[in-house]
Amino acid sequence: MIRVVIPHHLRTLARVGSEVALDVKGEVTQRAVLDALEAGYPMLRGTIRDHTTRERRAFVRFFACQRDLSHESPDAPLPDDVASGKEPFLVIGAIAGG
Amino acid sequence: MLASIFDSVTASVSGGAYLAARATRECKTLGIMGERQREDQGMSKVRVLVGTRKGAFVLEADGQRKKWNISGPHFGGWEIYHVKGSPANPERLYASQTSGWFGQIIQRSDDGGKTWHQPGTPPGEPAKTPDGMPKGESNKFAYDASPATGKPLTTHQWYDGSQRPWEFKRVWHLEPSLTDPDTVYAGVEDAALFRSTDGGENWKELSGLRGHGTGPQWQPGAGGLCLHTIIEDPKNPKRIFVAISSAGAFRTDDGGTTWKPINRGLKSQYIPDPNAEIGHCVHRIAMHPSRPNVLFMQKHWDVLRSDDAGDSWREVSGNLPSDFGFVIDVNANEPETIYVVPIKSDSEHFPPDGKLRVYRSRSGGNEWEALTNGLPQHDCYVNVLRDAMAVDSLDKCGVYFGTTGGQVYASADVGDTWAPIVRDLPPVLSVEVQTLR
Repeated sequence: MIRVVIPHHLRTLARVGSEVALDVKGEVTQRAVLDALEAGYPMLRGTIRDHTTRERRAFVRFFACQRDLSHESPDAPLPDDVASGKEPFLVIGAIAGG
Repeated sequence: MLASIFDSVTASVSGGAYLAARATRECKTLGIMGERQREDQGMSKVRVLVGTRKGAFVLEADGQRKKWNISGPHFGGWEIYHVKGSPANPERLYASQTSGWFGQIIQRSDDGGKTWHQPGTPPGEPAKTPDGMPKGESNKFAYDASPATGKPLTTHQWYDGSQRPWEFKRVWHLEPSLTDPDTVYAGVEDAALFRSTDGGENWKELSGLRGHGTGPQWQPGAGGLCLHTIIEDPKNPKRIFVAISSAGAFRTDDGGTTWKPINRGLKSQYIPDPNAEIGHCVHRIAMHPSRPNVLFMQKHWDVLRSDDAGDSWREVSGNLPSDFGFVIDVNANEPETIYVVPIKSDSEHFPPDGKLRVYRSRSGGNEWEALTNGLPQHDCYVNVLRDAMAVDSLDKCGVYFGTTGGQVYASADVGDTWAPIVRDLPPVLSVEVQTLR
């Protein structure tokens, strides 16, 4: 299972705890993980990626294994430790505003 | 006979302020106002829906409007631009929940604000249909790209005069249908009008507005290019009025297919052409449901009225200390009694002289009186935003407004005296009122 950590406001929206376990078919990429997340929790559609363009929203960042993956290709494989479930994929609300 | 008429009227008014106001007037005609008044005081309930920068609050009181029960914050930490109840079913509420980080969410309550869910994905129910499709995409506001519906795929003007593509940002205003609880309109930024006919599960743009021809000249105001006012004509279901900052006011007479600007008579100093069809920064429009051809407008500067459904406007600022402001509303029982909150200027968004004053005109404009009893009269530097005033429809019309300082003030006597319901909410973005009988 892939572990995904989502920020507080999205937890309350999806009514889940801090970490969500997802079954991802095929290669584990950003796109595959986010597709699985939105399939399981449709209320999160449009909150992480734009509804139409499917691009990451400007103030949302992706991290895993001490790396900022926000600007990686959505179709690039995620680190092995994410794919194996050892490390979580982190969805972070960027620090901005008040 | 009187009792049966009264019962039928009462039954028909459970849906909303407009019908309730009409019932009150009908009761006056029947000469049973004393009885009605007692009922208003004892049996009625008022629900105030407050949207703030950090959540929504529901304030409830009986017809006395003295002791308030406050619930919230709902959606704590999120900006709630607007919350409004359906006139056709007052337990049905819609809320616009938005965030610079996570975008737009639509929330719906079917029990008067006790519980909420995103339309199409209620908690505890499968999020998909049996064939695997999502039940709804309640936060998907996709601009119409079809040339067949008015060629709306165009650009609008940016602050520097260049052209920019339309980009959805948030829902400013939700206007439930007067007759169908599942039909609701959404005014959005960048300015467009959307409609849902399935309780907010799916949204479709009424693209004839953006596509009618002047769209490329629309330019954002300081708060963005937002469609913030939606008024349905209770006597003509095909007619809707909208207002956009800073494009102006528009009207459809065919249910939203075609639109035309209705800004004749508006004067805006910053526009070189004194007869400009669009480009006016309309802040708010209000209407009394008994007279849908009479509109009142708070523009960036100037308070105006129209007696011909917006075809022409004339200024009625009269003796106001400043005719800049955001809110304007009409007394539910007196169509010529209107309220504004003057703000010092477009660069100083606070009341003149540090005195928070509601101004009331009982002559439909021009002659205004300051209402100060119970409002701070020194060192007050809050603002009252465009969607943050509303009225109830009890016999003594209640008037309510919220401030950027987090206060929600109420008057239970048409504005003569005021008291805060709450003092320390986050900055108030919107106030709506439901009169429940």
